Amino acid sequence: MNKKDNFGKKFLNYVKSNPIVVMLVIVAIIVGFTKDNFFSWKNFGNLMSNTAVRFLIALGVSGCLITKGTDLSAGRQVGLAACLAGILIQRGDYSGRLTSLPQMNMFVVLLIVVIIGALLGLLNGAIITLLKVPPFITTLGTQTIVYGLCLVATDAQPIGGFQKSFIDLINGRIGNSNGFHLPYLLFVAALFGVIFWFLYNKMRHGKYMYAIGGNEVAAEVSGVNTTKTLMIIYTTAGIMYAIAGWLLAGKTGGASTSMGMGYELEAIAACTIGGVSTTGGIGTVSGVLVGVLVFELLKIVLQFLGVNPYYNYIVQGIVIVVAVALDVRKYLAKK
Amino acid sequence: MSEFVLEMRGVCKSFPGVKALDHAQLKLRPGTVHALMGENGAGKSTLMKCMFGIYKMDEGEIYIDGEKTVISDPLEAWDKGISMVHQELQPIPARTIGENIFLGRYPMKKALGFIPVVDHDKMYEDTAKLLKRVRMDFDPKQKLGTLTVSQMQSVEIAKAVAGNCRVLILDEPTSSLTQNEVEALFRIVEDLKKEGVAIVYISHKMDEILRISDEVTIMRDGQYIGTWEAKDLTTDFIITKMVGRELTNLYPKRENVPGDVVFEVEDFTSINPRSFRHCSFNVRKGEILGVAGLVGAQRTELMEGLFGTRSHTSGTIRYQGKELKITRPKDAIDHGIAMLTEDRRGSGIMGVLSVADNISVASLNKYVDYGFMLNTKKIDELVKENRKKMNIKTPSGKTLIQSLSGGNQQKVLIGRWLANDPDVLILDEPTRGIDVGAKYEIYCIIADLAKQGKSIIMISSEMGELIGMSDRIMVMCDGRITGFIDGKEANQENIMALATQFE
Repeated sequence: MNKKDNFGKKFLNYVKSNPIVVMLVIVAIIVGFTKDNFFSWKNFGNLMSNTAVRFLIALGVSGCLITKGTDLSAGRQVGLAACLAGILIQRGDYSGRLTSLPQMNMFVVLLIVVIIGALLGLLNGAIITLLKVPPFITTLGTQTIVYGLCLVATDAQPIGGFQKSFIDLINGRIGNSNGFHLPYLLFVAALFGVIFWFLYNKMRHGKYMYAIGGNEVAAEVSGVNTTKTLMIIYTTAGIMYAIAGWLLAGKTGGASTSMGMGYELEAIAACTIGGVSTTGGIGTVSGVLVGVLVFELLKIVLQFLGVNPYYNYIVQGIVIVVAVALDVRKYLAKK
Repeated sequence: MSEFVLEMRGVCKSFPGVKALDHAQLKLRPGTVHALMGENGAGKSTLMKCMFGIYKMDEGEIYIDGEKTVISDPLEAWDKGISMVHQELQPIPARTIGENIFLGRYPMKKALGFIPVVDHDKMYEDTAKLLKRVRMDFDPKQKLGTLTVSQMQSVEIAKAVAGNCRVLILDEPTSSLTQNEVEALFRIVEDLKKEGVAIVYISHKMDEILRISDEVTIMRDGQYIGTWEAKDLTTDFIITKMVGRELTNLYPKRENVPGDVVFEVEDFTSINPRSFRHCSFNVRKGEILGVAGLVGAQRTELMEGLFGTRSHTSGTIRYQGKELKITRPKDAIDHGIAMLTEDRRGSGIMGVLSVADNISVASLNKYVDYGFMLNTKKIDELVKENRKKMNIKTPSGKTLIQSLSGGNQQKVLIGRWLANDPDVLILDEPTRGIDVGAKYEIYCIIADLAKQGKSIIMISSEMGELIGMSDRIMVMCDGRITGFIDGKEANQENIMALATQFE
């Protein structure tokens, strides 16, 4: 019975410290029982694939947030990766092709966008650590630069005509789309979830990341190479955005320069809802997953309730502010 | 009319775990300079903060012109004619002199008859007058950042004496000034004295005190020791009164035997001309070298220079005859040097992380399998070993370090360094903010480390601790090493004499 009591206690604690998550889950259940098709495999599949892509972006941002930084360039980096992937992955016989290169294998394209993402992330990291520009300003600048690069690369044209195998793979699933099924994207998300969990909990890099977030000066005098660690964090983030962008292009079946706009804010919001502290040093992969899930759930709930899409932003904004306000209070109370 | 412009009686103030003031008192006559003296931590600044309304007194009364009064915040203190120039100036360098002086109380006027706006003309006019009062001839519109430290201080004084100033508190005003600048400050003080202002002068510099003050009040351990006329006093008398406490058996018996000289520092000089300069010293194997000095003696700065957190222009560091190149903390750590910080919160603990994470952060390289995976079992063992060895009181290794007491946090930090098995340990105020019981435990740990043959450099501002724990004491004053005293011959008087040997 002790075990049961313990579980009850833990559950109550969770409810107390994550009111937003609990509230949204309750709302989702109510919506589920009042609206048709909410509890359906199709909807579940949708939620899973939407969450998967956003989870990758949020994982990327989480490292920046845990070290008291931020990455405002995330969304535009996703957009750039999606557009570049789109251009390179167009069918060789597509009339509106934007490149004269021969048709490329989609995984070669993935490698290319990942390298570009890594370089952009490294640039962020270098500006932050070597030039000592605050992360907020650094990534505000690179956000704009990346958007410009995207416009130049695409000439602001929407991109279509992808290789069919690419679209099929990204939108593929185990099982039937009308019955129980698991989208491939879910497995991608799970894979990266495990990798990041390992990185954050079982490797020096993760420990150094938390140490920098907990107290950067103390980490430095304890011999932690803070410059290197931060560079790795921002570079890894860039790689995650690139992968997410590549997946997003395939998932949508097309790409445009407006893709990824505002994703950084949603990712930051999701991390915060999931318990990544804005004051640094705190955050877990499972928390990030919960945050992203809750945020995507919120979107689907609003959609099912038939809320005018324009109001969605207002609701999402309120959820972000309330979540952070509650998060900050948690730590204020402890002082 | 009372003969005192301001009187504080029976002031008590406690902080968690410390009685900072225990029935302290102070009586100020108008038109005099009243020196307030005592060791670091004697309660001088706390008393001033009570007078200035920054702290609330637990007990005690304040009288102004013989009338009982209450001062609950700095603004009220200001209204009653009390001003303070803080030890650390807090100016806004990017704004003009005028704006700095009138910050928060800008003269206002009505634009178009009804819109309240800052009256810049009046502000700069008044600033010019105030600057003249402190013998400064500057354009009030000049950016404050273009002035030297001493000029900024004059501006700060001008700001303090603006309005109806009757009591002016100067907290260590000369700690960062050159001799000429000190003379200039004294002229201002003389002027203010003639105007009838009572000046509270907090300083450690004996010659200054004896020269400029009319009366001297000495405090010790938060208690009032006495008030004397300055002309009757000698340096020896003041020092005896300041430190005169009996040393009881607060320290463990040391069994370490200092061996050969292993760690040598030669002609070490900071890039900052006001910081440490031409410092040479050495430490033997198994020796505890105490480092004494007043606030501002640059002891911490020197050690941080050796450890690579501060830059130096010249100087060499040698360990067992081999020259060490240290430009950042990691280099020092790799060469077997550890440094326990004095600022536990600022540069020691990572509050939101666990005890295990805190204890292992400097030595993670030792717990890696296959080149990349951390061996959590080994880290757990490290925690367990340290908990047992140093009697760290924590529910578990997963407990957040911020929930431990200061003493236990300190033990965790010592554990962090010992995990690297260093040869030279620099301990900066190892027992600051720690209760008496835990202090003794930390002394035992230090004594034991020395016995194991580690070289220990211990900065401390507690005389008792230095004398009780050190084999040898190095004394610093104003960035220079002013002398060494053998541990057995050291006493408060000879340490204080070296610590106040200003150039």
